[in-house]
Amino acid sequence: MNEPRATFDRFVVGANNHLAAAAARAVAESPGSAYNPLFIYGGHGLGKSHLLSAVAALTATRWPDIEIRREDGAHFAAAYAASLSSGETDVFLAAYARVGMLLLDDVHELAGHAAAQVGLAGVVDALVDNGRQVVLSAEALPQDIDMVDEALLSTLSQGLLVDLSPPDLETRVAILSRMATEQGLDLSVDVVDDLARREYHDIKELGVALDEIAERQKKPAPQLNSGEFASFLSDVQVVVQQHVESWRGRLREAIAHWQAEGYRTGVLERAIDLPRAPDVAGLTATFSAAVDHLRNLERHARQLDPSLVGHPVFRDPERMTEAEDLVERAVGGETPSKGPIPSLSRDAFEVGASNQMAVHAADAVVAEPAVRYNPLVIYGPSGVGKTHLVNAIGNALLQRSGATAIVACVNAQELVDELIEAVRDGSVDRWRARYRSTAALIVDDIQFLGGKERTQEEFFGIFNALIETRKQVILTSDRVPADITDLEARLRSRFEGGLVVPIQSPDRALRERLFARFLADAGHPADEELLRTLGEHPVQSVREIIGVVNRLGSAAEMLGRPVTVELVRQELGGGPVPGRPTPRLVAAVTAGHPFLDAEKVVWDWPDAGARLIEEVR
Amino acid sequence: MSLVNYATREITCKIVYYGPGRSGKTTNLHYIYGQVPTDRKGQMVSLATQTDRTLFFDFLPLDLGMISGFTTRFQLYTVPGQVYYQTTRRLVLQGADGVVFVADSQSRQLDENIESMQDLHANLAEHGVDARAIPLVIQYNKRDLPADLILPVSTLDDSLNFRSVPAFEADALHGAGVFETLRGISELVLRRLSATAGAS
Repeated sequence: MNEPRATFDRFVVGANNHLAAAAARAVAESPGSAYNPLFIYGGHGLGKSHLLSAVAALTATRWPDIEIRREDGAHFAAAYAASLSSGETDVFLAAYARVGMLLLDDVHELAGHAAAQVGLAGVVDALVDNGRQVVLSAEALPQDIDMVDEALLSTLSQGLLVDLSPPDLETRVAILSRMATEQGLDLSVDVVDDLARREYHDIKELGVALDEIAERQKKPAPQLNSGEFASFLSDVQVVVQQHVESWRGRLREAIAHWQAEGYRTGVLERAIDLPRAPDVAGLTATFSAAVDHLRNLERHARQLDPSLVGHPVFRDPERMTEAEDLVERAVGGETPSKGPIPSLSRDAFEVGASNQMAVHAADAVVAEPAVRYNPLVIYGPSGVGKTHLVNAIGNALLQRSGATAIVACVNAQELVDELIEAVRDGSVDRWRARYRSTAALIVDDIQFLGGKERTQEEFFGIFNALIETRKQVILTSDRVPADITDLEARLRSRFEGGLVVPIQSPDRALRERLFARFLADAGHPADEELLRTLGEHPVQSVREIIGVVNRLGSAAEMLGRPVTVELVRQELGGGPVPGRPTPRLVAAVTAGHPFLDAEKVVWDWPDAGARLIEEVR
Repeated sequence: MSLVNYATREITCKIVYYGPGRSGKTTNLHYIYGQVPTDRKGQMVSLATQTDRTLFFDFLPLDLGMISGFTTRFQLYTVPGQVYYQTTRRLVLQGADGVVFVADSQSRQLDENIESMQDLHANLAEHGVDARAIPLVIQYNKRDLPADLILPVSTLDDSLNFRSVPAFEADALHGAGVFETLRGISELVLRRLSATAGAS
């Protein structure tokens, strides 16, 4: 009946119950002296029984001689009814005479038991009158108990009536916390708070909620479960096998290996991004072979130039061609290629109708080397400026590269001589490498290659290597490639595969400009009449113009006179010097060609204006 | 950090347990720590206040041994959930290969969960990490609490799992769902590591 754990210490006091708790404690500490009888009322499960038990416990502690009797209304009613039936009512009531403290719970259960109510009123009155303590509890006030006897109502009303109302939130939190602590539950504050906020009708429901959690937490404490960890390990293993050891994994392994060796692995890294598996074995084997080749190249380079060791191109299979070029340059580096003549600049090259097509092509090559015209073949008679123009291209290409590019500019005859020398020295490899390593190769007078079989063979290889690696090739000749005798067809076709442009003999306007420049350079300024006179002089080449200027200058110095029209006529004759008929025309005339009537042939057509005048005549 | 090192054949994964205060991040690590054989676990470092709130972070190194020829190590971290440890969270999050977001299933904690998820996204962004790309799983913890105290998974999904990442119910205190969560994040991380390794 008495719950030993239901003590005052464990009774959580709040605004809802502090009066009842205080009164109960008071009667326990001083039984019969105050609040007698004490009537505690309140809803089910709000702590009435707890308080009665607490009173009993504290009284027993403080007043061990006091006999405490604890029962409830139902029991009292049943026992009283039994005494009535047996006619031993006096005996029943006498038993209460010895009681020092009566604790009667659930008085409302006496409802409908009128006789028992009367009996209880007598018991309570007797006890109170004798200074014994009576504490009663019910779910309602005495007057609200069904069919309560007036005598009992009067008796109970003489004492203190205190209520227990439902606990507020804070009290519920406190109750739950205490319960959780007592049960050894590990609940966070917010969980307790959440629990307390539930809708409760009584404290017991709080306990039920707590028990629910306690039940869950009473699961076996976490034990070492190697199976769980082993299962996890197994799953991780599967994932690693599927995703780390896949074909991408093998590629990554290769990447890691070669990167650790110091090689760039861009090609392998791109393969990882492929949507489907490539031939990983083939790819890695190819990469490995490429690395071997790079190593060989680096070894070769080391022998030629130790400073090249560790060059980035030897660490990237995708720069294999650059690595090969580097080695070739190293091979040929001992004898630098002959470059263009610095003084032959593009600015110093006079442009006219006779050479404008070649000049335009030259400018395009400088603007975009190896893009538009490759090879560029310039042909024309000797002395018209081919050499000047190609040297000007070479200088412009050098300037464009910041003087870092290797631009070779050689005469074909020099090429032949160098090869002969290299064959004799056993250094053909180096000679070949020297020209293969150039960014631009200019060969003047390629007509000299005619009949030079070995040179043509070597040049064929060099030419192809340069064209394939997008290096510029520029050639000059005194005739179109088709007319070069003993030139291999494969070379001719390749020369013709680029742009073949002519430079013709300077026209009259160009001649006048050239005369003006060269005379000025020689310190002989010329007026328009003098230039017009000189322009009529039928020279075939720039070189002839320079010769005429030199001749006039020499005469002027010797006579102590300036260069004048008179001097020109004196030195060069009164009128234009007839040009010499070309062999082709002579042959045509002698063959009796109907359109080449000797009387209608004008061997030299100075310019378009002169031709027009001739036709008008 | 290099996570799959093919040269040394090592796999190292950093997994961060993220979430609001008292959602159960440290509890996850404690449970894992308790299940791992002694020879496989390192010393768990836990810097906690006197009230067992994570002050700085927890760190649990796990040596999973040789897996397919790779020495495999997992490093599990927690962040302090309290709002004012923002800097620490950001620091711990740095270099994470995967994130476990430990959500508190309690109804009353919903706002804190959402706030923490937003905080996670902000801190990832601070590190230049796309929250959509980093491996992420969500653990709905405290499913052992009475049903009227916690939100249904569908409600939590609506609020937190708008990207439909793998989600796991858990009772970390007793271990339910703890290894399932770890297994889930591990798979995502390893898949991603294998997809990105080699570029590092």
